[in-house]
Amino acid sequence: MSTTVTSQIEVPAGVSLPIYMDNHATSPLDPRVLEAMMPFFTSKFGNAASRNHSFGWEAEQAVEIARQQIAKLIGATSKEIIFTSGATESDNLALKGIAEMYRERGNHIITQVTEHKAILDTCKRLEKNGYRVTYLPVKADGLIDLDDLKRAIDEKTILVSIMAANNEIGVLQPIREIGKICREKGVLFHTDAVQSVGKVPVDVNADFIDVLSLSGHKIYGPKGVGALYVRRRNPRVQIAAQIDGGGHERGMRSGTLNVPGIVGLGKACEIAQTEMDSEAAYLRNLRDRLKARLESALDYVHVNGSWEHRLPGNLNMSFVYVEGESLLMGINDIAVSSGSACTSATLEPSYVLKALGLGDDVAHSSIRFGLGRFNTEAEVDYVADKVIDIVLKLRELSPLYEMVKEGIDLTKIEWQAH
Amino acid sequence: MAYSDKVVDHYNNPRNVGTLDKSSAEVGTGLVGAPECGDVMRLQIRVNPETQVIEEAKFKTFGCGSAIASSSLATEWIKGRKIEDALEIKNTDIVKELSLPPVKIHCSVLAEDAIRAAIGDWKKKNGVAETAPVAVATAAN
Repeated sequence: MSTTVTSQIEVPAGVSLPIYMDNHATSPLDPRVLEAMMPFFTSKFGNAASRNHSFGWEAEQAVEIARQQIAKLIGATSKEIIFTSGATESDNLALKGIAEMYRERGNHIITQVTEHKAILDTCKRLEKNGYRVTYLPVKADGLIDLDDLKRAIDEKTILVSIMAANNEIGVLQPIREIGKICREKGVLFHTDAVQSVGKVPVDVNADFIDVLSLSGHKIYGPKGVGALYVRRRNPRVQIAAQIDGGGHERGMRSGTLNVPGIVGLGKACEIAQTEMDSEAAYLRNLRDRLKARLESALDYVHVNGSWEHRLPGNLNMSFVYVEGESLLMGINDIAVSSGSACTSATLEPSYVLKALGLGDDVAHSSIRFGLGRFNTEAEVDYVADKVIDIVLKLRELSPLYEMVKEGIDLTKIEWQAH
Repeated sequence: MAYSDKVVDHYNNPRNVGTLDKSSAEVGTGLVGAPECGDVMRLQIRVNPETQVIEEAKFKTFGCGSAIASSSLATEWIKGRKIEDALEIKNTDIVKELSLPPVKIHCSVLAEDAIRAAIGDWKKKNGVAETAPVAVATAAN
């Protein structure tokens, strides 16, 4: 019998390949966003900081509209929005800026182990500069334990930074409860809300958020633009600038504003706000359909992270006994990502999945499906069929699957780690 | 990552996938790698006791495309060879044939280990002196 891994799954009408289903990495630009941006590349090219002619006024006005659109989406006021080049810069500015400004008050920062590298690497830098950082563990569902947080706060704690939604497993941290604890203890609360803003409701007042990072390209806006929300009242948060220059953005972030990008970010926020409820329901339906199809056809699959507290468009699943990169190779007309070591630059499996207490073998088998605004039911059906087909074929090739089917306990084997 | 045409070919049409009866005296089994590392290869050979020629080779691999290709290629190369000749296959030969990039060299090393482990197992079963000791993962079922 000859074995073949190539797939013969039929492509349904209306589906064109390749299919993009990696919307946590980035999302396509919404055509309505592009339309709003276009004039600011051409005729409306003014510098928003030019105060003495109409080109500048026009640009400034567009920037202020965008500021309002962003503020409205998160329940803030427009003066509390600082534009940056993206969420990595926002995270750096928040953590370093607060650490520097509040150094007299304390040197302790609390975060958690499944944060994005923009937070973790910034924290590592701060540790080198004499700050103390507590990295809270997460439970098997990917959420932090609020009692751990309460216990970690001490008299030297100046800041807690916990992400709103995780970029790999899509789990939603209990932001409101975390914010409440921080407010009660008089500690500032920053959240990297890149994955959650525009997808699920975020309200800086109801959620007791003091500082928040967001990004354009995760919400069908342009790349290279993001924002930092910095609370102005109760409490008034101060941030030390990390880039010096012309004193733009209330002195917190110098540099000529990226007007087309900012206009795009604003428009993306406006659309997200208008369509959030219907879009969330739509994505939840697609995601549940994908999960149900995969689970009905395959054994040894499991969802990584809390199912209940999760972004509508996220499905992170492990297809145990199949290695992630080999699966990606078989489904190469579908853009998804894997927690497999082989797909990372470091050759280490996903630290997020490892933090859930999953074995490395399960982490190696994981695929992240990131559903977005432009995915369709027909695409989901094709993706499900294709994944099922390739997983079945790779399991024919998998010595582990064969052994498990024979009743062998893989944990009792003395493997040679290499 | 871009894969070479040969890796893609072995991935799409892996040669000699399967399982031999590991309890048979003629069959040697090598199980190398570890699930935690994301690579496990099982390579099996059926050796003619008279001629010491590998008459059949089968593999199953859990791992990336390069690991699947390396083990698939290994079975092709050892089939029809005498065991002492099969032992001369080096991981660098596999790297060259499949144009593996540096990050995938460990896949070829694993394939070489798998060949050695399978032959070692056969020798042990048949009371043939080992030329070089090899570690073999043992199933404790």
